[in-house]
Amino acid sequence: MSDHATMQAIARLVPQGARVLDLGCGDGALLDLLQRERGCSGYGIELADANVLACVRRGVNVIQLNLDEGLAMFGDNSFDVVLQIDTLQHLRNAEVMLRETARVGQSGIVAFPNFAHWPNRLSVLRGRMPVTRRLPYQWYDTPNIRVGTYKDFEVLAYKNKLRILDAFGLQDGREVRWLPNALAGTAVFRFEHD
Amino acid sequence: MSFIATPQSMHFAEALRLQSGASIRDYTLAYETYGELNAARDNAVLVCHALNASHHVAGVYEGQPKSEGWWDNMIGPGKPLDTNRFFVIGINNLGSCFGSTGPMHKHPDTGEVYGADFPVVTVEDWVNAQALLLDRLGVAQLAAVMGGSLGGMQALSWTLQYPERVRHAVVVASAPNLTAENIAFNEVARRAIVTDPDFHGGHFYRHGVIPQRGLRIARMIGHITYLSDDVMNEKFGRQLREGMDLKYSTQDIEFQIESYLRYQGDKFSEYFDANTYLLITRALDYFDPARRHGGNLAQALAVARAKFLLVSFSTDWRFSPQRSREIVQALLENRRDVSYAEIDAPHGHDAFLLDDARYMGVVRSYFDSISKELQGGQP
Repeated sequence: MSDHATMQAIARLVPQGARVLDLGCGDGALLDLLQRERGCSGYGIELADANVLACVRRGVNVIQLNLDEGLAMFGDNSFDVVLQIDTLQHLRNAEVMLRETARVGQSGIVAFPNFAHWPNRLSVLRGRMPVTRRLPYQWYDTPNIRVGTYKDFEVLAYKNKLRILDAFGLQDGREVRWLPNALAGTAVFRFEHD
Repeated sequence: MSFIATPQSMHFAEALRLQSGASIRDYTLAYETYGELNAARDNAVLVCHALNASHHVAGVYEGQPKSEGWWDNMIGPGKPLDTNRFFVIGINNLGSCFGSTGPMHKHPDTGEVYGADFPVVTVEDWVNAQALLLDRLGVAQLAAVMGGSLGGMQALSWTLQYPERVRHAVVVASAPNLTAENIAFNEVARRAIVTDPDFHGGHFYRHGVIPQRGLRIARMIGHITYLSDDVMNEKFGRQLREGMDLKYSTQDIEFQIESYLRYQGDKFSEYFDANTYLLITRALDYFDPARRHGGNLAQALAVARAKFLLVSFSTDWRFSPQRSREIVQALLENRRDVSYAEIDAPHGHDAFLLDDARYMGVVRSYFDSISKELQGGQP
């Protein structure tokens, strides 16, 4: 997910000069890109020590925090955009964090692996959990504890009264707008709260 | 082997007005510097000390190979705060007992030793005095101010008292104020000193005695709070000092932990001044920048312009991560640049003085980015 084309595709969704909160910001590469190329400012949230270090090394603001503890530190609408890029699938409290994302941000952008991508479906049809470039783990050691599809997210967003502003798939860094639930390995949603 | 450090001192004739309304004149500040101030005079880093430390931050004294400064693992050539790149300044605070004017010195008017009459000094007063010393060194703006614990409070206070003079603040294992429990520990320590018959109301110097019993107990209680339960259990557990058997005594040293605390207390009581202990713990109690803002820390921090790095340690219960998070949150509300690392270390409050690769790595990287910024590159 950290490949350049994919990162660029996400970055295009973020307005110039936006104040950004990046939940699960990894090594800070996306925030760095947003700061350098789109004049954004903001903070990343990370739990892993190595990623916190990588962010400090890049000069990206990072707050070491476990997202399972929520976002109590952040006020309502305190950011223009809150990002959850490849984070949702690791969260125990994924639905709560989705609501928190919508609360803290004027808008939210969520991207996660789409389990309904056709190679995954094919694998399950054959009776095996998929192991792909996008989902490279065996079923017994995967860190992805929330496995959902593009369509599943639409339902969850509706349930939580989120207004979807844009939604598409991403495959090999290209936007997929035709049958994204079947043709894209990554689902991307941009939304705002009511 | 560390580099050679040379203590210096600077005298200030003019009166410094203190927060209490009192003032102090004809005072001396002991300090050390490491590295070189560059031509642009923009690479200075002030390192503030905590309760029982001093201006001797790093290096060793000539001919004294074991005299390493208290933060020698952090500061020096090639260390996380690299003196090959930064001009580092350590200053002994007013009221301390390591060379700067303190209660063991003479009042310029009366010629009598200050003793209990030394004026109460606050974190803000220390910062004002530090600023005067920096003026004389020709440092108009600090690349960074850094400190742990009480030193972190000074670093934070710098960003509020002199917002334009600080580019970065590194605040380690600190807090925006002390909790009631923390003040309570300080009060137990102070009572131990004040009720020692050798204290003589703070004028013990005249009597040629030192309230060592009080100092020992003050240090013992302090020491307990600097460690974590786990680390104490791991280090000492229930080990007995001699053999396996209980002695059925009530006053002998039996457990290893007793022996250790007494040793620490003894050592401390030989070099630390009793009035200094009272003064510094009081400065800790008083520090509370939010007080003048109805307890609203975000409002208090609104004047800060610096970029911040905060670090806390998971098992530090004297200055817990929660207290650092309060500072982080207040900075976030003010949209300031801030990074925060919460290091999962077992050593309690003491962790800020110990080697931990993650802690050292974050501080090193932060100073690397300051260094890049100074060279005009992207931070």
